[in-house]
Amino acid sequence: MSQSHETTSLAIARAINAGLREALAGDDNVVLLGQDIASLGGVFRVTEGLAKEFGTARVLDTPLAEAGILGSAVGLAMSGFRPVAEIQFDGFVFPAMNQIVTQLAKLRNRSAGTMNMPVVLRLPYGGHIGAVEHHQESPEAYFAHTAGLRVVSPANANDAYWMIQQAIESEDPVIFLEPKAKYWQKGEVRLGSPAAGLHETLVAREGSDVTLVGFGAMVTTLLQAAEIAKGEGVSAEVIDLRTVSPIDYGPIVDSVRKTGRVVVAQEAPENASVGSELAATLSERCFLSLEAPVLRVSGYDTPFPPAGNESHYLPDADRVLAAVDRAMNY
Amino acid sequence: MGITIHDPEPIQFLGADGSFAPNESAKEYLSEVEDLAVEEVQGWYRSMARSRAFDTECTNLQRQGQLALWAPNLGQEGCQVGLAYATEPEDHLFPTYREHAVADVRGVPLLDLAAQFRGLTHGGWDVNDPKNGNFHLYTVVLGAQAQHAQGFALGMLLDAKRAAGNTALDPNEPGTATDRAVMCFYGDGTTSQGEANEALVFAQSYQSPIVFVVQNNQYAISVPVARQSRTPLYRRALGFGIQSVQIDGNDVLASYAVGRRFMRDARAGRGPGYIEALTYRIGAHTTSDDPTRYRENEELEQWKLKDPLRRLAGYLRSLGVSDETIAEIDAEAATNARSVRDQILALPASQPDEMFDYVYAEKHPRIDEQRAFLHAYEASFAEEVAS
Repeated sequence: MSQSHETTSLAIARAINAGLREALAGDDNVVLLGQDIASLGGVFRVTEGLAKEFGTARVLDTPLAEAGILGSAVGLAMSGFRPVAEIQFDGFVFPAMNQIVTQLAKLRNRSAGTMNMPVVLRLPYGGHIGAVEHHQESPEAYFAHTAGLRVVSPANANDAYWMIQQAIESEDPVIFLEPKAKYWQKGEVRLGSPAAGLHETLVAREGSDVTLVGFGAMVTTLLQAAEIAKGEGVSAEVIDLRTVSPIDYGPIVDSVRKTGRVVVAQEAPENASVGSELAATLSERCFLSLEAPVLRVSGYDTPFPPAGNESHYLPDADRVLAAVDRAMNY
Repeated sequence: MGITIHDPEPIQFLGADGSFAPNESAKEYLSEVEDLAVEEVQGWYRSMARSRAFDTECTNLQRQGQLALWAPNLGQEGCQVGLAYATEPEDHLFPTYREHAVADVRGVPLLDLAAQFRGLTHGGWDVNDPKNGNFHLYTVVLGAQAQHAQGFALGMLLDAKRAAGNTALDPNEPGTATDRAVMCFYGDGTTSQGEANEALVFAQSYQSPIVFVVQNNQYAISVPVARQSRTPLYRRALGFGIQSVQIDGNDVLASYAVGRRFMRDARAGRGPGYIEALTYRIGAHTTSDDPTRYRENEELEQWKLKDPLRRLAGYLRSLGVSDETIAEIDAEAATNARSVRDQILALPASQPDEMFDYVYAEKHPRIDEQRAFLHAYEASFAEEVAS
């Protein structure tokens, strides 16, 4: 990773691809494995060209079995590799949950720290693509609830490029949630150095009246909401979580103490969600600064609906703004 | 509707009395035991006796409330010891939670095996420390370890390719010699787990250097093997195209011979193997179990007649080893077990900090906060007592 001020414009999918290329080139122990990731380049083409460049012994097409992908990744990590596993869609991760929860997350603890698990699970997540069942979900809470895992999600191309490399460098297992709805959203990538560490939260837009918190694809929605709010005379600060677990509370608490109002937005169902965790902790830490209760804007507590209903299910800028109104008028 | 397949006789070298009487199925493996010295075979007996004495001691310790639980391997020492000696130092072994004899042969201290059943650790030994013989941690969610073992073997394959400058791993390509291999253990119950079957799919697809060993001890806790499968378990692997045989698992010689051949084939790039070792769990599933509820005493007595230690003792006698020598080995095993027992009782208590120490390799704010909370909270009681 050269120290330069060079920038390039990449879509998020291409930025992850470039980050994976850097990781493969920089460390012989990095291997990618998943379904259709070699000659096809992945169902979203995120790994396009990598098998050709690094060989099919570095970019492995696997049999169609998610538990086998994660189980193999654990075994590869035990033997000194740094595996990057791809599961094609959020809703397909569940056959692998045993490996993720009982093995990947716990092996370091079980081994009394003698066995690290530097495994990255790349997981395209979230809605807005009008797909069939099991293709649009937001399963982050399952992972955040599991001790031993780390969960991150980039919201822009620069973070996509850098955070995938930081995740691969991590000695702990990282669930890397890719905002699939934004794969083809372009952004500037600064090739010299990352915007922040893997587990640092950043302010995406400064404001003074209300704090909007989200990660991944939701950050784009929050920025739109902030822009609309500005036209209505409300100054919204947007926090890009970047790290879903652990949550980096410092910048969020600073912001909420400044604004006194906070809206947490997520695509996931609300019950026992990451947004609920944020709400509880922010209430505890910012109680005396709050002018209104911490509000959550979430998917409904239903299965993700057929595509015909997804616009009603997914929080958009208007639903965020309705919550902003409630907070402002409380 | 069933299908008719002729199953060869399970591979057997030793008769019920320990006489050397290889059956037809054993013939092609005879070369594996040709050059065995008496001392080697005597060493196997020593390992089996050590395991049995230790196992008996641990069952007693659980009854006395000194272990929370124990999973006896009583009766399975033959296949465990024979297969363990079939491996080479650079091989890796992945167990369930009952491979106590394998662990001992590979160098894991028996004390470390007992520590997790005393509630002191979820693991107990450092797999990366060479003195533990590449024997991996016990796995409680069965089947998961088969995937890890396969992944590890795949890693051996990738290492070999990298060393040879070969960057391709194509579908249907022939295997690659790796010079080391993985042996993965599980039982008859685990053969029904999806993960165990996925591991076979991956191993055969990549030609990973791995030998799966199914110790068919006839019961998954209380459920007989017939509930898992109406066909012999070894046939499952044949369906995947994997070389697979059935052996007399109470015959240490058969276990050693077949294990050695299959592991050598795996190291040479000839693909994965599968060994179904027919044995019997003389003890309970664990000390929480009550086998009288689900199996007949007559069945138990029949299997006791096939006891692997007694058979091997018979074989040793036929090789000229004296009764005194065998009695000495038994006495040595009992002394060792008592010594391990004393060490178990002297194991230090858990420290609360250990809950937090190993969850993450890198800094984690919740761990730091909660550790600090626990210190402050528990210290508050000490202050109360002091005041």
